[in-house]
Amino acid sequence: MDDLIVLEGVEKVFDVRRRAGFLRRERHRVRAVDGIGFRVPRGEMVGYIGPNGAGKSTTIKMLTGILTPSAGRLRVAGIDPSRDRSRLARRIGVVFGQRTTLWWDLPLRDSYGLVRRMYRVPDARYRANLERCVELLDLGELLDVPVRQLSLGQRMRGDIAAALLHDPEVLYLDEPTIGLDVASKAKVREFLRDVNAERGMTVLLTTHDLTDIEQLCKRVMVIDHGRLVYDGGLDGLHAKGESERTLVVDLEREFPPITGVPGARVVRVEGPRQWLAFAATHSAAPVVAAVAERYPLVDLSVREPDIEQVIARMYAEG
Amino acid sequence: MRLYAAVAVSGFRRHATYRVATAAGVFTNTVFGFILAYTYIALWNERPHLGGYGREQALTFVWTSQALLGAACLIGGGFQEELQERIRSGDIAVDLYRPADLQLWWLASDLGRAFFQLLGRGVVPLAVGALCFELALPGLSLTWAAFLLSVLLGLLVSFGLRYLVGLCAFWLLDGAGVNMAFALLSMFFSGTLLPLNVFPGVFGEVARVLPWSAMLQVPVDVLLERRTGAGLAAALGFQAAWAVALLLAGRALQTAATRKVVVQGG
Amino acid sequence: MAEVQAEVEAYARGLSHVRDGVRAYGLVVRMWVRSTMAYRVSFVMMTVGNFAATALDFVAIAFMFSHIDALGGFTLPEVAFLYGTTSVSFGLADLVLGNLDRVGRRVRDGTMDTLLTRPAPVLAQVAADQFALRRLGRVTQGGLLLGWSLARLDVAWTPVTVLLVPVMLVAGAVIFGALFVAGAAFQFRAVDAAEVQNAFTYGGTTLLQYPPSVFARDLVRGVTFVVPLAFVNWLPALRVLGRDDPLGLPGWVDFTSPLVALVCWVLAGLAWRVGLRGYRSTGS
Repeated sequence: MDDLIVLEGVEKVFDVRRRAGFLRRERHRVRAVDGIGFRVPRGEMVGYIGPNGAGKSTTIKMLTGILTPSAGRLRVAGIDPSRDRSRLARRIGVVFGQRTTLWWDLPLRDSYGLVRRMYRVPDARYRANLERCVELLDLGELLDVPVRQLSLGQRMRGDIAAALLHDPEVLYLDEPTIGLDVASKAKVREFLRDVNAERGMTVLLTTHDLTDIEQLCKRVMVIDHGRLVYDGGLDGLHAKGESERTLVVDLEREFPPITGVPGARVVRVEGPRQWLAFAATHSAAPVVAAVAERYPLVDLSVREPDIEQVIARMYAEG
Repeated sequence: MRLYAAVAVSGFRRHATYRVATAAGVFTNTVFGFILAYTYIALWNERPHLGGYGREQALTFVWTSQALLGAACLIGGGFQEELQERIRSGDIAVDLYRPADLQLWWLASDLGRAFFQLLGRGVVPLAVGALCFELALPGLSLTWAAFLLSVLLGLLVSFGLRYLVGLCAFWLLDGAGVNMAFALLSMFFSGTLLPLNVFPGVFGEVARVLPWSAMLQVPVDVLLERRTGAGLAAALGFQAAWAVALLLAGRALQTAATRKVVVQGG
Repeated sequence: MAEVQAEVEAYARGLSHVRDGVRAYGLVVRMWVRSTMAYRVSFVMMTVGNFAATALDFVAIAFMFSHIDALGGFTLPEVAFLYGTTSVSFGLADLVLGNLDRVGRRVRDGTMDTLLTRPAPVLAQVAADQFALRRLGRVTQGGLLLGWSLARLDVAWTPVTVLLVPVMLVAGAVIFGALFVAGAAFQFRAVDAAEVQNAFTYGGTTLLQYPPSVFARDLVRGVTFVVPLAFVNWLPALRVLGRDDPLGLPGWVDFTSPLVALVCWVLAGLAWRVGLRGYRSTGS
């Protein structure tokens, strides 16, 4: 089997120094990544999720060659990332959601020109790739606009294109949809599905947005406290984490906590607003109907479970 | 008043958290102090009473200037770039709706910063200078109180100037040029490069009545007891006059700027 | 035989690393120059400002000479010669590598990581970061003053001293460049300590504007043997001006600036590697 990403017993230990008094400092060791192993075959799109500080970005940094692992074996496209950082760089694409690599004061096109030269992309290849990205990401009219004038969504699309012009075999995406509006999110996801299918590109995605995972990845890995706590399909994750959705209702006035709605329970009350949790596998319709029947409803919204919650519940279950 | 005191305290605290940066600044100020001290010794060896200073007085000037460098922003720095950034990004509209006066708010915050830098970046270079060279520092006397008052007035003048520079961002798209020009004027006309009493002829006379002279030259002359009695009152009056004039000018500019924001909607 | 081959390969890798670095530096610098040109007026103002900043610096010295004929035994043209040589050297280093003082900031805001995902040496990428053509202002001012001093100096030129001037300008720039690199390496350890290097770079060039006879013997020893700033211009310039150096070093030392510059770069390069390796193992 052609595994593009291989990790075996990878660890990363940091020495953290903390101020413990005016001049005194305490040193202690933090295991950010504590023996992780997994393989990702070529062409797979995998979600890599976990709460903040779980070791997610430390893993990504080791996979891109930014950080040197403290122990274990790590290979990306057959290359040891920390030893051969530059050679690896030509074969991977990286998008950090909150950090643009585009040139603020220059037209988008110029940023791509730099990628072409820095990665030494052959002319024909570059033109073909750019054309394809422009078409799929709808960048045609933006190419000659200075980046500072682009919206957040347009910039993210621009950044993703920049990461793909040199034909990487692996693409790392760190929160690619953070802060984007619904339309932009949809466009980005559609594009990622396309390049994954079309080029057989391997994609590793970290996100806080479960919808990203639902729509893109068949496989999810969950990391917490530096360890892999789940590796499998998304359904299994929901089942294991017993994730819940939340119905937020605004009533006409203050009421005692709503009762008698089957399958739902009140988790929070704030004046006339109440929060009802119900299983993510359930439909929201009967819950809404049951509330509307007995209470004067002014407004309502349904919140999808977020990853932090799912994981928190996984832990609560043990 | 309590609000502004709180703002000043938070300005002090904000800068107090950068311990390494402060230590780095102290180091650099001290190195520059040594370099300038030796060149001044050479200069005053050639001309023992240049500008009315003796050698010890010239050295006192050097080390006091290094001590006040950060607090009075003698060679640039300070809040004005942050203010300009808020103006350019439009966040200033939020500031204007706050139940606090914009000018007083920034003044309090800047004084908080200045007090920290006076302690954090000022004391050590002056102490090192006093240990390694013979300085003309007064003993325990009221002169120190007069000096601190003069420094405070100098800080007000420094703020007044920089507030005007900051507000320029309402009219100029890019403040970098103005900031740079201003830093140059400060560096030169405060006397940081060379005491103003050494500036030759009419040029020197003009330089000594410009506001920058209130930031360093006057406080040092107070410390050196070159301004006493009526002379001291005149020196402090000179500083206070510039402080009031600049703060009033800042107020006027602020009113014009506010009107502009209201009319254009930001 | 295998050892020799390994040596040759390592050397070739090193060379290609340098070549990659220079190429990446050029690419990024071109982008910054183009970005700067998006704000042309501001660029012109900043260049003039950079020129004026350094010019005022010399005005202060000129004011000193309005009261005296010689400082530390040096006349105005002689001091201008010292000022011009160190300003050109420092100005060139500042133009090419001056933005290395942003390493700490990049580590703090995490953008250092982005550079590590590109197929180019990190040092070259950081050095080219925010490249500012306006810094030509300092070089220009130093060059003009150097020209003026050369016209006014009363020295007996020989082929050797004529050659020594360009050599010292280049070697001096390389020594200052090494200080920038070493300072950048230090910022990996002390993220907020960017100002420390100012003491050596800006402080260094201020020091070298004045004759060594002005300073305490120990200070001169320090900048000869510890931080070898004296090789930027003092030692070769004293030879050009036909004066003895205050430490009484052997005469051939005046010609060793290029060698000292090379050693400085090797050491600074090592410091950078250690710094970067430390960053890659701690991430902060």
